[in-house]
Amino acid sequence: MWQWLTQLYHRMGSPKWFYELTTPWIPWLAAISIIGTVVGLVLGLAYAPADYLQGNSFRIIYIHVPAAILAQSAFMMMAVAGAVYLIWRMKMAAWVAKVIAPIGASFCLIALLTGAIWGKPTWGTWWVWDARLTSMLMLLFLYFGVIALQRAMESEDASYKAGAILSLVGLVNIPIIKYSVEWWNTLHQPATLKLTEKPSMDPDMLVPLLIMIVTSYVFFALLVILNTRNEILLHERKRSWVKQLLSGQE
Amino acid sequence: MTAPKRASQIELTATSLTCERDDRLLFEQLSVHVANGDLLQLVGPNGAGKTTLLRLLAGLNQDFDGEVLWAGEPLQQVYAHYAHQRLYMGHLSAVKRALTPIENLRWLTSQWNVADDLLWQALEEVSLAGYEETACQQLSAGQQRRVALARLCVCPAPLWILDEPFTALDHYGVTWLEQQLERHVTGGGAVIITSHHALQGIHSLRQLELGSVHS
Amino acid sequence: MSLIGATVKRDLLLAARNPGEWANPLMFFLMVAALFPLAVDPDPSFLAKIAGGVIWVAALLATLLSLDALFRADVEDGSLEQWLASGESLYGMALGKALVHWCISGLPLTLMSPVLGLMLALPNDAYGALILSLAVGTPILSLLGAVGAALTASVRSGGLLLTLLILPLYIPVLIFAASAVYHAGIGMPYNGQIAMLGAMFALALAFTPFAAAAALKLNLSR
Repeated sequence: MWQWLTQLYHRMGSPKWFYELTTPWIPWLAAISIIGTVVGLVLGLAYAPADYLQGNSFRIIYIHVPAAILAQSAFMMMAVAGAVYLIWRMKMAAWVAKVIAPIGASFCLIALLTGAIWGKPTWGTWWVWDARLTSMLMLLFLYFGVIALQRAMESEDASYKAGAILSLVGLVNIPIIKYSVEWWNTLHQPATLKLTEKPSMDPDMLVPLLIMIVTSYVFFALLVILNTRNEILLHERKRSWVKQLLSGQE
Repeated sequence: MTAPKRASQIELTATSLTCERDDRLLFEQLSVHVANGDLLQLVGPNGAGKTTLLRLLAGLNQDFDGEVLWAGEPLQQVYAHYAHQRLYMGHLSAVKRALTPIENLRWLTSQWNVADDLLWQALEEVSLAGYEETACQQLSAGQQRRVALARLCVCPAPLWILDEPFTALDHYGVTWLEQQLERHVTGGGAVIITSHHALQGIHSLRQLELGSVHS
Repeated sequence: MSLIGATVKRDLLLAARNPGEWANPLMFFLMVAALFPLAVDPDPSFLAKIAGGVIWVAALLATLLSLDALFRADVEDGSLEQWLASGESLYGMALGKALVHWCISGLPLTLMSPVLGLMLALPNDAYGALILSLAVGTPILSLLGAVGAALTASVRSGGLLLTLLILPLYIPVLIFAASAVYHAGIGMPYNGQIAMLGAMFALALAFTPFAAAAALKLNLSR
């Protein structure tokens, strides 16, 4: 067992292993993403019953909630990958962290935009200082910070380490920020409705949501794998296996 | 952390040093040994890796393959002790321009707790005695360099690692520094130095040439 | 400790020699606060409600101004290299620098804040909370700021980038501090907010120097 773990650890650090391992995965991940999205959205948009308060406008949660969950998970994964690089100097971890940042930021942006679209019919305005939206906005700023910092550093190694340090500091701060924003929001509650909470959901509403959440993780994995593969090809382009691969494809 | 065996014994051994930078191999399987009485000069063209090797031996750079031992112990494990026995001067002199020479020198030697009157004597030796009230920004580059070099007069560390110390020095400064190096080495200390300047008056000079390794 | 102590002494001496370093952010603090009555409404009953928040936002901005220079000069003149060469802990050095920054930034801001309170019609009951929240909150700003300053010390025009990195991290401090001042102003208890600030200060004190030390090492050239 221990031997298998150490073997796995060594293999994970090898770009070539990762590249070859993930090549057959891509069509499957893509298929699941597409099918999952179609099924989830059809069930959610067409078959789930309308919410008694919000009517049909709540249906945007089928995109909003998965995006929000993924935005937060992605940040965590980015910080962990960065920490792996800081401690063990594993290049693969650095590339994964680098690649996750814009993807996570995009999910965060989608969550914010869909949240705003949800806000319009529900509260009458495009933006509300609701606790969750505000926390998401702070998360987006943290993402921007990591992306901007990585682009600003001169050496590649410094950019990976700087990004890792900032992601870790950000990671510790995310619960603090969320707590402070929620606390602040309870003081300044708008007089109107609160968003529907998941636990009190009808199973007909819940099932499509779960499908969409799982599908989003799969889609995220697909994006990360595709982008990491690009980083591998870029960084290992002088190695013989890459040259063979690229010439074999022509 | 263990202490080295004898405080003024110098034994810096590096083996199988291999270092790469920007996909370029700087040096490979290099060995360096420095003991009491040695003056090792690293020579080579610009970009050959002299500063990289110097910083590596000083313990500032850990991005290499190989081993560096101080009195038989791995450098990073005895780093605090090593740092006390080793004086490092880099390209940049760490002199703050808004402060006077004595204020700068106090900071530069704070690690070794040197008394003020010794610091004044050191400044006199580098011909900066009359500048008590002058901020270093009003001094020339060579004078600022001499503030940093004044450390050599008062610092008890036996091993000196100096990167281009002759920069900006005038003729008198160069002669003075060469005398300091010679005096230090004959007194049992050791020096590792990079310099484009051809050292004069040094008796046990050894040279290590870099830049003869091609990737 | 001797190099760390010597660095704290040296930096304070440098700040004394270069008064702009601490005086300019103070002037900025004053001026930013003055903008609000001019831009919105000088009516005291309106200002009283926003005074705490405005003073705190101004304090944040003034702190950010002085943070960029925290490590930049030390990187450029070789002092950072000497810190590393000395064998003394970078954790302690980062803590020392954050302390110096607070002495030349947070402390003057805290002392000057009553003046801004007067300008912005801060309710009388809120002055204590204002000073207390600044006294506990500004060290947190210095500690977190040191991490950002260390990360951007080698980046050209890194000051703006520093702002982007640090502002999200400052949000919790801002929320609790401004809330403390507001609640004090309306006669309600504010112990909880101050306690949260205290907890954040303890957390920052324990952990941020590690991040700052790691970030400082990135500034060394090879």
